[in-house]
Amino acid sequence: MSEFEPKIVAFVCNWCTYAGADLTGTSRIKYASNVKIVRFPCTGRIDFMLLLKAFAEGADGIIVSGCHPNDCHYTSGNFHARRRWVIFRGLLNFMGIDVNRIQFSWVSAAEGAKWADVVNSTVTAVRELGPYTQYRKAADYLAQQDQSIIDGQEAMIIK
Amino acid sequence: MEELRKKAAELLQSGEVQMVIGYEEGTRHPRPCFISSADDAAKLIYDDRCTGNLAVYLTHKELIGGQKIAITASYFALRSILRLLTEHQIQLDKLVVLTVSAEKEVIQFATTDDITAYLQTAPVPAREDDKALIEKLNAMSPAERWEFWSAELSKCFKCYACRAACPMCYCTKCIVEENRPQWIQPWASTLANIEWHINRAMHMTGRCADCGACGAACPLGLPIHLLSHQIVQEVTDNFALDVNQAVSGDNALSTFKPEDKENFIR
Repeated sequence: MSEFEPKIVAFVCNWCTYAGADLTGTSRIKYASNVKIVRFPCTGRIDFMLLLKAFAEGADGIIVSGCHPNDCHYTSGNFHARRRWVIFRGLLNFMGIDVNRIQFSWVSAAEGAKWADVVNSTVTAVRELGPYTQYRKAADYLAQQDQSIIDGQEAMIIK
Repeated sequence: MEELRKKAAELLQSGEVQMVIGYEEGTRHPRPCFISSADDAAKLIYDDRCTGNLAVYLTHKELIGGQKIAITASYFALRSILRLLTEHQIQLDKLVVLTVSAEKEVIQFATTDDITAYLQTAPVPAREDDKALIEKLNAMSPAERWEFWSAELSKCFKCYACRAACPMCYCTKCIVEENRPQWIQPWASTLANIEWHINRAMHMTGRCADCGACGAACPLGLPIHLLSHQIVQEVTDNFALDVNQAVSGDNALSTFKPEDKENFIR
């Protein structure tokens, strides 16, 4: 049996982490290919709903990363984002949503090696946690409803 | 109670206010009442059972119009009034804020500082049921909490009574009615319900008066007010803003301190 390969979505800011990830590539540092990077203008733009949508759509883990404090291209976007993450993470934990699947980090444009490390360690951690079926079970509700309607129609046709 | 009725009658008689929002005796619980004639002031009651947050009516333009209003505010409603003033949704010169203290004394507030001072000294009404449930939840493992919340929230049929009961939910277009993009599916399903309640709680950050009106309004009795309560707790713990400071200051999420602490960012 093949090993479980987690799907990781990374929400990153354009100015630091995206450039940092670029540097990882140009520096020929190899890192796990499980990650899909989504580029944002700033961490301040990363709506918490995007994280929930990623889980609902099949992500097993999430990375949220941007500029170090005081390095924001827009001066204060990452400070605002940090406050939002603190609250959001607290609420998720209270609701029992697995906060260990969300890795927040600061990766600057010069930290290519750190980006590889963040991705690799997140992939390892999420691989141990397994697929996030718990959350997707809630998301599957609609598919189940559709199925039961289809089943119902078939039952009627047979009659 | 007599003192409150007399005060309300005076305010209406003199024409200082055109309406008094208060509580009257209902079939089972006290209910809100809207009095515009001094003769009706005898209906007014105020006691420990009057916990609904009347501040919710202050942003209803079809009800208030341009009138000057007197309101008998509970402890939590005072917090909501402070927040609505901070957010420029109501004006203090169009408002007579009354409360009845624990010593059964009618207090009329002249300034927001008076309200803040009262909130700091008056006892916070205790909610023992909530305390017990919060303790139970905090003792659970995350997986058990998820079981609890997904089971509870799967029952929600999105009547939005929680939104209607909340003084802070005054947006003319709510995120659940937003369809470009459609962030939250409009029908009731476990996931869409969870997303709605997370959004509702997040949008309350630093604004929630922790009155519990959302949970009390829920026809299914879901403990949804604990979500916004948790946020109040997070704001207090992480940003060193207690709820009274948070409601009268700048929005907790629109401001920041460079030295804000966290322990989870690599």
